[in-house]
Amino acid sequence: MAVAAAAVAAAADRVATKMADVIRVEQLQRVYHLGAVDVPALRGIDFAIPQGQMVAIMGPSGSGKSTLLNLLGCLDRPSGGKYLLAGEDVGLKTDDELAEVRNARIGFVFQNYNLLPQLTALENVELPLVYRGLSASNRRRKAEAALASVGLGDRKHHRPLELSGGQQQRVGVARALAGEPDVILADEPTGNLDSTSGQEVLRLFLDLHRAGSTIVIVTHDDEVALYTERTIHLRDGIVVSDGPIPSEQRRGLDERGAS
Amino acid sequence: MLRESLRMAWRSLVAGKLRAFLTMLGIIIGVGAVIALISIGQAATSSVTSQVQALGSNLITVTPIRSSGAVLYPQDAQWLKQVVPQISQDAPLLTGSVTALYGSKTYTTTVMGTTPPSLKIQGRTLAEGRYLVPSDITFRRRVAVIGQTVVQNLFPGQNPLGQTIEANGTPLVVVGVLKASGGAFGANQDDVILTPVTTAEEIVNTTQISAIIAEARSSSVAPLAVAQIEAVMNHRFQNQNAANVLSQDQILSTLSTITSTLTLMLGGIAGISLLVGGIGIMNIMLVTVTERTREIGLRKAIGAKRSAILLQFLVESSILSLIGGAIGALLGSGGASILSHALGWQSGVNGPAVILALVFSLAVGMVFGIWPAMRASRLDPIEALRQG
Repeated sequence: MAVAAAAVAAAADRVATKMADVIRVEQLQRVYHLGAVDVPALRGIDFAIPQGQMVAIMGPSGSGKSTLLNLLGCLDRPSGGKYLLAGEDVGLKTDDELAEVRNARIGFVFQNYNLLPQLTALENVELPLVYRGLSASNRRRKAEAALASVGLGDRKHHRPLELSGGQQQRVGVARALAGEPDVILADEPTGNLDSTSGQEVLRLFLDLHRAGSTIVIVTHDDEVALYTERTIHLRDGIVVSDGPIPSEQRRGLDERGAS
Repeated sequence: MLRESLRMAWRSLVAGKLRAFLTMLGIIIGVGAVIALISIGQAATSSVTSQVQALGSNLITVTPIRSSGAVLYPQDAQWLKQVVPQISQDAPLLTGSVTALYGSKTYTTTVMGTTPPSLKIQGRTLAEGRYLVPSDITFRRRVAVIGQTVVQNLFPGQNPLGQTIEANGTPLVVVGVLKASGGAFGANQDDVILTPVTTAEEIVNTTQISAIIAEARSSSVAPLAVAQIEAVMNHRFQNQNAANVLSQDQILSTLSTITSTLTLMLGGIAGISLLVGGIGIMNIMLVTVTERTREIGLRKAIGAKRSAILLQFLVESSILSLIGGAIGALLGSGGASILSHALGWQSGVNGPAVILALVFSLAVGMVFGIWPAMRASRLDPIEALRQG
């Protein structure tokens, strides 16, 4: 009886973890081997990001935030510790399995948009769905919905170079959204934009957050962090602070309060 | 996935039309050259073959080799027919060079003294008049049957029948005209004056004949006839190498060996250009992979597996070479038919060669595309995204 109860409890715990935390890292480490020298980029990091949270990961260059982003994005494997994405340990997967995880669970937004210039906005948004193996009509429907949700429903046949930087980044966000991922990972999403366009993109993230998306933004821009409800600061490969931004500073909440 | 890869490959090729065309050019030239050369070679082969066949069926030519002491005279034709039962009929050929005169025109040609069976043995037909008859031989009649080339040179716009020409001073009455037979491997069968063998002895001042032409009873006994003739000639002149005995089959197979070797050689040379075209594709695909590193990184980041990237680039190089191959096949067969037409050969576009060239060009695209595609598929997405 006791064993069964324990098993049920463990199962319940797993379910709870799965439900609550989209991302959970435990003692996450990443060591780069440069010749004979081992360079630790991440030296044991712990945090969990629950479903629906909007988090900024900050730190100066060399702090390990790019390394952390690569790990969270399943582009890289940890040297030690554990990374649970939606309850699933992704540390031991093969390259092709990681590709599947990226395709199904993660939506990337890049600093330089990374749109393919020869494709239209709609085709760019469809791209992750192509690799998911969806039918053409299904892809189109989802991509159109995603483009509409970033306010570019009328620009779907434009090519990236015919769009402004802000619009291009919104196409990038739509591409991240189209696959209905568990988490959106944004790497300096406003880094290439003027402040007006940057604010537009951040408001877009805020809207998505309100609609329930889990969003992680890696940035060194304090301004960006003001839109999020939580900031994780990294320095020299460890977390130096992790907590909410005081509410009087938070733009997002101000606006939410105003509206 | 393959359909998507085809679409994506098509998009990137269209995005760089000039480069795609230049890359294809190597394959276009390679495939075009292979098809044109093989088709032309085969057309030449069949043209030569049909000319040899026109020489007469089951034809055997016996040429005595004078250096080995073998000398034949006109009556030896009868002897040969008697000792070799596989021969149905034969005729001597006594040849020499003559200058023929008619009116103010002179023309240097070959006189060929022979007997009546030679017409059928050589597969010739008359255009006008009559051929040699047995009494022409017996009475050493000064008559001649002339070929079309001689007609054109001595009797332009005139009927030669009944006219008298002078051959090395001997007057000959033209009694017949041969139909054109066309040239076979260099010798023009129409550039000839045929006379009774007895008359030719006077004209060229010799009684030694240059060859006996014989007809085997059937093509199946022809090889036996050849062996028999060799045996009796060697026995008679006590020499292992008394005569050259060639059947039409042997001539045919020798010729077709030569022409098909030539065709293969030309095709092989053209194949090298196809190889060079393939290397061109590999070169461009490697450049393309390097240029599109970011694109590859992005595709991998959003979920493309290795196999998907591999397929995309492989399809791209295959499309390049297949389209190049198709254009090359079109140009090659077009060129081959124009040339065959100009040379009067039957249209020589070779269907299997076209299909083979297309399959081969597709294979070239895949073989030379696989390495660049593997390089693309192995790129680390982190490194790839960091570029540029």
